Amino acid sequence: MARIIAGIGSSHVPAIGAALDNGKTEEPYWKRVFSGFEKSQAWMRQTKPDVAIIVYNDHASAFSVEMIPTFALGCAAEFPPADEGWGPRPVPVVQGHPALASHIAQSVILDEFDLTICNKMEVDHGMTVPMNLLFGKVDKNSHWPCPVIPLAVNVVMYPPPTGHRCFMLGRAIKKAVESYPEDLKVVIFGTGGLSHQISGPRAGLINSKWDKSFLDNLSKDPQKLVKIPHVDYMREAGAEGIEMVMWLVMRGALDDKVDEVYRFYTVPASNTAVGHIILANRARKSAAKHKRAAARVNVDRIRS
Amino acid sequence: MARKQHDYDDIPGTFVFDAERSRRGFGINMFCMSLMQDENRKAFKANEAEYLKKFNLTPEQTEAVLKRDYNRMLELGGNIYFTAKLGATDGHSFQHLAAVMTGSTQDDYAKMMLGGGRSIEGNRSRSGKAAPSRFLSGAAGKQSAAKPKAKAKANKTKAKSKSAKRK
Repeated sequence: MARIIAGIGSSHVPAIGAALDNGKTEEPYWKRVFSGFEKSQAWMRQTKPDVAIIVYNDHASAFSVEMIPTFALGCAAEFPPADEGWGPRPVPVVQGHPALASHIAQSVILDEFDLTICNKMEVDHGMTVPMNLLFGKVDKNSHWPCPVIPLAVNVVMYPPPTGHRCFMLGRAIKKAVESYPEDLKVVIFGTGGLSHQISGPRAGLINSKWDKSFLDNLSKDPQKLVKIPHVDYMREAGAEGIEMVMWLVMRGALDDKVDEVYRFYTVPASNTAVGHIILANRARKSAAKHKRAAARVNVDRIRS
Repeated sequence: MARKQHDYDDIPGTFVFDAERSRRGFGINMFCMSLMQDENRKAFKANEAEYLKKFNLTPEQTEAVLKRDYNRMLELGGNIYFTAKLGATDGHSFQHLAAVMTGSTQDDYAKMMLGGGRSIEGNRSRSGKAAPSRFLSGAAGKQSAAKPKAKAKANKTKAKSKSAKRK
């Protein structure tokens, strides 16, 4: 059985990717940001996931205003980095996991989440920057440490899906993963945020108090977060801070009780508050599970 | 037809890119998207007004683009991820655009960000009536959650007279 073992929240600021691509990681401004992810990279190397599901948003790269899918799942075998105006980022092509992705699509659509399926899609910094932050710098001609299933969420045009809807989609993804027969260790990323506004006369807004409260509740009391109306996100965390709903897909895919493995927060990276968290599912009570499994075997024997 | 008022119109200095703006601003955003290609950037730079004719913009939208009035573009349906491509075509960094939109110098804007960004205090609400979100944990959040109904009622009547004045 496949299982989601941990969830990762991470900002996906494009300037972080540019700093990495242009060799600026040792500059004090950027070192402050990158050093916050060193422990996470060690954790990731140790955890060695088989697959990562990455919830992110596209920024006028793969999707323009011609088609705006609310939830789009990448089922392709590979996802090339998009040209965002300065040429594609010098990172490897992202390998997909079509078998698990199509299994998830089938399962969650029957659970009433009407996904868009993408069998060909380019991915932008929204996805590749968190990958760099957690997997480290990877040479363009090398490969990422694990296959990835992209889940693009519309947070560009209002209204994005509600926080509650995102959380429930996470729940459906968890169910889908757990019904996949192969033994796979899966991690799920929620990306974007935290507080930031990059548009209009109020650009530059940062609300650290909001961010801290969001991270606290994400860890301990996510039900409190699913009720937040969109206007509160936009007012308190900035017009573009509404990206934070994507973290709730990740949280919904985890167990109710999780252990906070790590947290990092710094202001700013360009116009944004950088937030990062790792939440791990607790080990399942295997004794009880074995008991149930044994009971099932007995029942099967009696039936046959 | 006048724009329908929404709860988020009370957020100061913000043009929410909603379904209506998305519809009205389709041409602006498709124009910006076209700038992803080098040949289009060159054609635009060679004759801006002529190039814009392909995108069915309204006269106001055309004027906003030609004048590089970024806030007006947002108001008329442009989205920041798209209009940023116009800024890049002009050779500007994103910080330059942010400074233009906020009416400050790039230097001052950069300093504000290094100092922790623009504070939410004083920037929460146009009407000045929105209390901090009750979803914030801690004492402040709880306080505002204590009696939201009575306050909301008082706000409603006042907000009405205010929006009437604005029109």
